Amino acid sequence: MMNSTAADPPPTAVSVRDLRVRRGGRDVLRGIGFDVPRGSVVGLLGPSGCGKTTLIRAIVGVQIVRGGTVTVLGRPAGHPELRRLVGYATQNPAVYTDITVTENLRYFASVLGAPRGDVRRVIDEVGLGRHRDQVAATLSGGQLSRLSLAVALLGRPELLVLDEPTVGLDPLLRQELWELFGELAAGGTTLLVSSHVMDEAARCRRLLLMREGAILADDAPDALRARTGADDLEEVFLRLISQHVEAAS
Amino acid sequence: MSVGVTLATTRRILSQLRHDHRTVGLIVGVPSLLMILLRYVLDQPGMFDRVGPMLLGVFPLIIMFVVTSVGTLRERSGGTLERLMTMPLGKLDLLLGYALAFGLVSLLQVGVVLALSLTWLDLDLAGPVGVLVAAAVLCALLGVALGLLASAFARTEFQAVQLMPAFVLPQALLCGLFVPRDQMAGWLEAISAVLPLSYAVEAMQQVTQESGVTGTLLADIAVIAGCTLLALGLGAATLRRRTP
Repeated sequence: MMNSTAADPPPTAVSVRDLRVRRGGRDVLRGIGFDVPRGSVVGLLGPSGCGKTTLIRAIVGVQIVRGGTVTVLGRPAGHPELRRLVGYATQNPAVYTDITVTENLRYFASVLGAPRGDVRRVIDEVGLGRHRDQVAATLSGGQLSRLSLAVALLGRPELLVLDEPTVGLDPLLRQELWELFGELAAGGTTLLVSSHVMDEAARCRRLLLMREGAILADDAPDALRARTGADDLEEVFLRLISQHVEAAS
Repeated sequence: MSVGVTLATTRRILSQLRHDHRTVGLIVGVPSLLMILLRYVLDQPGMFDRVGPMLLGVFPLIIMFVVTSVGTLRERSGGTLERLMTMPLGKLDLLLGYALAFGLVSLLQVGVVLALSLTWLDLDLAGPVGVLVAAAVLCALLGVALGLLASAFARTEFQAVQLMPAFVLPQALLCGLFVPRDQMAGWLEAISAVLPLSYAVEAMQQVTQESGVTGTLLADIAVIAGCTLLALGLGAATLRRRTP
């Protein structure tokens, strides 16, 4: 069977091949493919509606797909063994707003079978220490999304899939979270982080640029700058789009 | 499925209710108030003794149906269900967690309403109180199971609330509460024979009128329990890990 061979883990954490998804009568993902190397932070960038969330849902195994394969940590996406190994935070904070921060985390920790001390650890990691006994409904939007992120961190998953985790956060907090992502990656965790904020992209080791259900580019930020001759990543994205449009016509 | 995860789910739902005093107040207060009203509207001791216990089965069923169907719909629309489906949580863990939590709440509800009925309202019971409580809690669990199932057919809270009359009122009309079932037209009696509430009401009648535990009562309890398990099973089948 699929024993997780710790000595020889597969070099890619996520491997997507020819993934096609149709939602609401529309092709949302049109046969995309890429690899996410282990122990790195990969940014998934693109405008709203380009298919980022659908791609993320396919990776965590909750999306019905039309075709293609998604392999996560050596197993097909959605495999029961992955339910303890993959941490997932949706764009809208998926927590119970009528109970406290600690009660939320205690519940999800029990479901995951995470050690008791994990609740305290993740509260500190996302900086919600002063709000631990606050009912979630009374948190600000940014605090709520940090609570949702904290749930994803429970049980130290090998892969973290985070959909827009930094929306609505003040710059200092955003920086702290990106430092946390860097530390996690240094410790061997793989992170796939979606965003539509270009200045966050510079912090990723690798970038996936998406537009209209396709991957425009899949490279390191510096390589993309060199390829397009642009310094600013926003400009890089624009040039890649125009190159793509020219190539298509 | 795992006992630990089921109990954690029960604990979580109970702490949600602990933060929501108004809902708990309504769950216990509304049937109490209705029982008091009923006692004075009927105002004949014999009538209340006949109808009161039946309602002791019908109230928990209706209230638990509404609370559960809205509660699970919130899990679906709030994204917590999707999150749980990516975690090592069995579908039955979630459903049994709900059933257990609301089962405990219904115990509180039935306890208060029954205490009120037996003291202030002078309800006269022939059978043992414990059996009446057990049958009422079983009715509540049936409501939980039907609510879980119904929530799969609702996209919005508006729809979920509308499903209550759809699922419950036809059963309430046919269960023998208004007209004894054997006095109905044949086809209505046939329909009522496949609706679980008919058995709930019959069980309540048995407890009120017979001093011991009768065979009919045991058969009724078996039917209610069977329907509850069936609805829970169907409810589990409507929970999907992958969605479009």
